[in-house]
Amino acid sequence: MGQQTTVYVPRETAAVSLGANEVAVKLAALENVDLIRNGSWGASWLEPMVEVEVDGTRIAYGPITPDDVESLVDTNFLQGADHPLRLGPTHEIPYLIDQDRWTFHRVGRIDPLSIDAYTAFGGFSGLKKALDAGPGAILNELRTSGLRGRGGAGFPTAIKWQTVAEASGEQKYIACNADEGDSGTFSDRMLMEGDPLSLIEGMLIAGLAVGADKGYVYLRSEYPLTRTIFIQALSLARKHGWLGQNIQGSDFSFEIDLHLGAGSYVCGEETAMLESLEGKAGLIRYKPPLPALEGLFGKPTVVNNVITLASVPGILALGGERYASYGPGRSKGTLAFQLAGNVKRGGLVEKAFGLTLRELIEDFGGGTASGRPLRAVQVGGPLGAYIPEADLDTPMDYEKFAEIGAMIGHGGIVIFDDTVNMATQARFAMEFCAVESCGKCTPCRIGSVRGVEVIDRIVANENREANLALLDDLCDTMVDGSLCAMGGMTPFPVQSAVKHFPTDFLSPDGENT
Amino acid sequence: MAIRYDATIASEIINNFDTKPEMLVQILHAFVARYAFISDEAIRQIADELNLSRADVHGVVSFYHDFRTTQPGKRIIKICQAEACQAMGSRDLTEHAKKSLGINLNETTRDGETTLEAIYCLGNCACSPAVMIDDAVYGRVDKRRFDSLTATAGAK
Repeated sequence: MGQQTTVYVPRETAAVSLGANEVAVKLAALENVDLIRNGSWGASWLEPMVEVEVDGTRIAYGPITPDDVESLVDTNFLQGADHPLRLGPTHEIPYLIDQDRWTFHRVGRIDPLSIDAYTAFGGFSGLKKALDAGPGAILNELRTSGLRGRGGAGFPTAIKWQTVAEASGEQKYIACNADEGDSGTFSDRMLMEGDPLSLIEGMLIAGLAVGADKGYVYLRSEYPLTRTIFIQALSLARKHGWLGQNIQGSDFSFEIDLHLGAGSYVCGEETAMLESLEGKAGLIRYKPPLPALEGLFGKPTVVNNVITLASVPGILALGGERYASYGPGRSKGTLAFQLAGNVKRGGLVEKAFGLTLRELIEDFGGGTASGRPLRAVQVGGPLGAYIPEADLDTPMDYEKFAEIGAMIGHGGIVIFDDTVNMATQARFAMEFCAVESCGKCTPCRIGSVRGVEVIDRIVANENREANLALLDDLCDTMVDGSLCAMGGMTPFPVQSAVKHFPTDFLSPDGENT
Repeated sequence: MAIRYDATIASEIINNFDTKPEMLVQILHAFVARYAFISDEAIRQIADELNLSRADVHGVVSFYHDFRTTQPGKRIIKICQAEACQAMGSRDLTEHAKKSLGINLNETTRDGETTLEAIYCLGNCACSPAVMIDDAVYGRVDKRRFDSLTATAGAK
């Protein structure tokens, strides 16, 4: 038997959606190949990206479709030989080296289902420190880091955890929101597929900090591969004593259950998610009481997004100060931005806050995929404002985005070229709200339906000025009167479209009354 | 072929979740995994065994897109309708799919082979448009790729 060569082929939804499994089967059949199914590095435009380890350096080739495998093998890629799709050493790919990898520093690098690989790259060192230091020190470190909720709301994580820690009651819970429903976002998915143990570690630290012994992960059903990988990660962690009773011989015990969502967007709202976790329809709850005091089954509950929780182990391991050294003002640390839609180099880019939207779209994304001029960008999912080209120099910063009437949300950036019709997009925002509204409050349930009708009348040129005023009024009612962000923020894409792209709302024959 | 409803197996499924009402959403998923849809019989039995009213169970079933109440086709094709896919032509793709299958969204071909549904985001937004056939996600699906996938992929 000759010398074994290690070859990596991602087992990650984007790569698999473009043929990575077929590529993996073909490569695994070669002699002397040790195949590792890693996560994706995040350069989705290069997927499926195959890597081969030559003298300790990983050489990347991509995108490799199943049809390319034969030519790859013929050119002796196992020795790192030249090929039209050879990208060079992975650690020299500009898209990757220009990032600030904190939460994603293991993603792509390691076998996601290897405890050894995880610990070799710093895994569980945050938890070990947390076990030694205790709850007070964990909260201090978190406060120093300035970490804010990455699900979209940006609420300071330390304050949330402290509230739960100080709440009275024997039973407390950690509920991880993995219901990543915003279009243009996939960082939760990539993290859970590429480094699931880091989420488990983050939840353990949260449990330790607030005194919870039980966690739930609420994962959307649209992510079947993520589910499979995360279930495998949970049983791996259990087998190696990182979940269950007396973790690593300590007196700390913690268990995690995985629950599947069922195709409802609004269940990404934290209180609707709690209802769904209790087996009910995802109707949102009134706040107060805050979930931190009365959350899952009425008990004090930490509700955090995947990326928030997975950022915590690094903060404990390397220190909150180190994390806070990234990013300006009150937007501390890094965010895993996601470039999506009509973009040439789509994928995940983890950067410190503060770079501009234009840098992300042009320097990383390379502009539109179609090659046509960019017209609009939607940041922060279906409830985020449409941003015109003129505002692209806005820094990625929670407060700076608020100043232009937009939000960073979960970091999704959807790019549209000049073929987009913004009245159609505004109509869709209302239509989506009508489809996905939980129905509990009237402004959202009825307002969204009326919104579609009013936009139709504007575009059809019926009482145009009066209907534009009515749309504004309706949007105000939804913003002020809705119980949650679904109805409360649907007006943002609508009103930004009207404001920045008014000509799209003229009827096709251009007549104006 | 539809799988015939079996009360004993249904009971086992519910038992797998310790017959807990808070597991209702997960129980319904397990029913869909087995029977492809939630039948009236299923609602009745789940309500009985969890000690809930049928209205309670129906309310949960009708709330979630995943819990269809009619027998779907042998394979289910879902086309993403969300913004990132719109930016890459999913509206055109959806029209193409409707025309080539001869059905609208949420309909099943007359031969019972294929159900076409909308889905809002598969998290494959850097490789849009995205399509899901049964449990498999496909990226960068243009009309030609759609035609070749529908000829080969899924239960057909």
